[in-house]
Amino acid sequence: MQEFLQYLFSGITNGAIYAVIAIGFSMLYRSTDLINFAHGEFVMIGAMTMVTLTVAVQVPVMPAFIITVVGVSILGLVFERMAIRTVRRPEPIVLIIITVGASIFLRGLGMLVWGKDSHTMPAFTAHPPLDIAGARLLAQSIWIVAIAIAVAACLHLFYKRTLTGKAMHACAINKQAAWLVGIPSKLMTLLAFGLSTGMGAVAGVIIAPITMPAYDMGSMLGLKGFCAAMLGGLGSLWGSVLGGFLLGILEALGVGFVSSGLKDATAFLLLLLVLYFRPGGLISAVKVKRF
Amino acid sequence: MIRTDTHTIACIVFAAAALATGILIDDAYYLQVLIFIGINTLLALSLNMLMGYAGQISLGHAAFYGIGAYTTAILSTTYNLSPWLALPIAIFAAVTVAYIVGIPTLRLTGYYLGMGTLGFGMIVSIIFREWYSVTGGASGFVGIPPLEIGSFSFDTDQRYFFLVWGVVLFFFIICRRIVDSRVGRALRAIHDGEHAAAAVGVNTAAMKLSIFVLSAAMASLAGFLYAHQVFFISPETFSFLASIRIVTMVVIGGMASIWGSLLGASLLTLLPEWLHAFADYEMMVYGLVLMLVMIFLPQGLTRGIIDLYEKSRKNRNK
Repeated sequence: MQEFLQYLFSGITNGAIYAVIAIGFSMLYRSTDLINFAHGEFVMIGAMTMVTLTVAVQVPVMPAFIITVVGVSILGLVFERMAIRTVRRPEPIVLIIITVGASIFLRGLGMLVWGKDSHTMPAFTAHPPLDIAGARLLAQSIWIVAIAIAVAACLHLFYKRTLTGKAMHACAINKQAAWLVGIPSKLMTLLAFGLSTGMGAVAGVIIAPITMPAYDMGSMLGLKGFCAAMLGGLGSLWGSVLGGFLLGILEALGVGFVSSGLKDATAFLLLLLVLYFRPGGLISAVKVKRF
Repeated sequence: MIRTDTHTIACIVFAAAALATGILIDDAYYLQVLIFIGINTLLALSLNMLMGYAGQISLGHAAFYGIGAYTTAILSTTYNLSPWLALPIAIFAAVTVAYIVGIPTLRLTGYYLGMGTLGFGMIVSIIFREWYSVTGGASGFVGIPPLEIGSFSFDTDQRYFFLVWGVVLFFFIICRRIVDSRVGRALRAIHDGEHAAAAVGVNTAAMKLSIFVLSAAMASLAGFLYAHQVFFISPETFSFLASIRIVTMVVIGGMASIWGSLLGASLLTLLPEWLHAFADYEMMVYGLVLMLVMIFLPQGLTRGIIDLYEKSRKNRNK
């Protein structure tokens, strides 16, 4: 029981991070029909910037969090403007190679700026770990889960309650129709990029204290976040959250009770199962077939 | 009667050029690079059959490359089997896996097919890394024997050069024959419109599966050639990035172009060699080159350069 709880806690913590990354993938896909393979790199840049700000520059956690997220969002806007909008033939395969190229570029940049070593930073608050039925729960884990859920809730309100959110939603449904009623769809695409990379930064910031961030942490996190998004349903906000937690928990239980070699494979096995049996994701009612 | 067409002539010129290169160059470094270009050309060609002609994206092609390399490595080193016996088994392994994986995966389309193959490729590369007792794990597999026929050993780079490029030439001819045949027309029909192809009587599922299996077999052969050239393999060579590299070769060289595969493979093999000069900037420059080529020449270099040339000629005529 104690062992099970321990695995469950670590699964929920990782799951919350996968959920935030998955939201980034989903929100971008919803607005642009694009899968950004460089997304994991934005997570890395978020984590590294956070470490630099809090450890080297000694900025308090809260302002550092905001500066990081805003900074990475701006980087996302630049990325869209420079590398995505300029594409002459936006076909899936071309966009895949461009975003993979961007991910290699950003990883190289990260290596140059932060070196090849891993970095460390303290937890957001210095509470001792809680003891629940013999299992240890880190204070940082509570922060991670709370922030992930808060972020998802804010986004939900943004899409349902604000005009900009509704405009983005309209673009996601039909770009041309949205343009006809006066929504600047190019601006919305740009905004979707900023939002998506901002989500990546949030994931990077909250994960920074519990992993040792290094320049090459992004690719695996990105791919797993992507699997989580597929699991819940690509393009669905709460689906991504569900997919993230499900992936985190199954992965942790797989490591705990089956084999540690299974850790990275879990995500991709689930991806294949979902694709074969429910390509629309777990919570979508209809079977989708896009492209 | 011998049918002479441009492809036959091109093949003869190509064979002569390869022969001359192999005889004239005796610098070990250049021969090595040329051997890798040959192996990569075979890989690019195998994916081009699937992606360029049949229009099916695969982001996990390095898995078959790896299956070929690891099967022959394990059989010829751990079990002391002759590599020539290991070869059919390696190809059989890749074909079996492709068949089993292909049936459910090839039902997907577009991005979803890309993701399915990506997932499959990741799982295979994780198996290479985690199954220590058999594959040597992350540190790799050492001591793969060289190829030999009787007392003749392909132990010099020059001999291996001729072996690899002989195989490449053979597949150039085979692939051309397939593309020009009834099967090739069916594949292009699937590329242009799967439902339309099915409507005129193409068995699309069977056709896609067979080209996927053929493609896997060729990639596996490339893996076999790779393993017996470098004698050491590690999971890194067959990772997700390796799959993307093969896709890039096909796209940069030009989709649905047999000679484009040669161009794409040559460029992507040479690029890292040139980029060594950039030292720490290597990764950034590599990523940047990929992005720039795709932004400005999304149809690949062959097509893109022809387009640029025609545009400039039109402008001059005005």
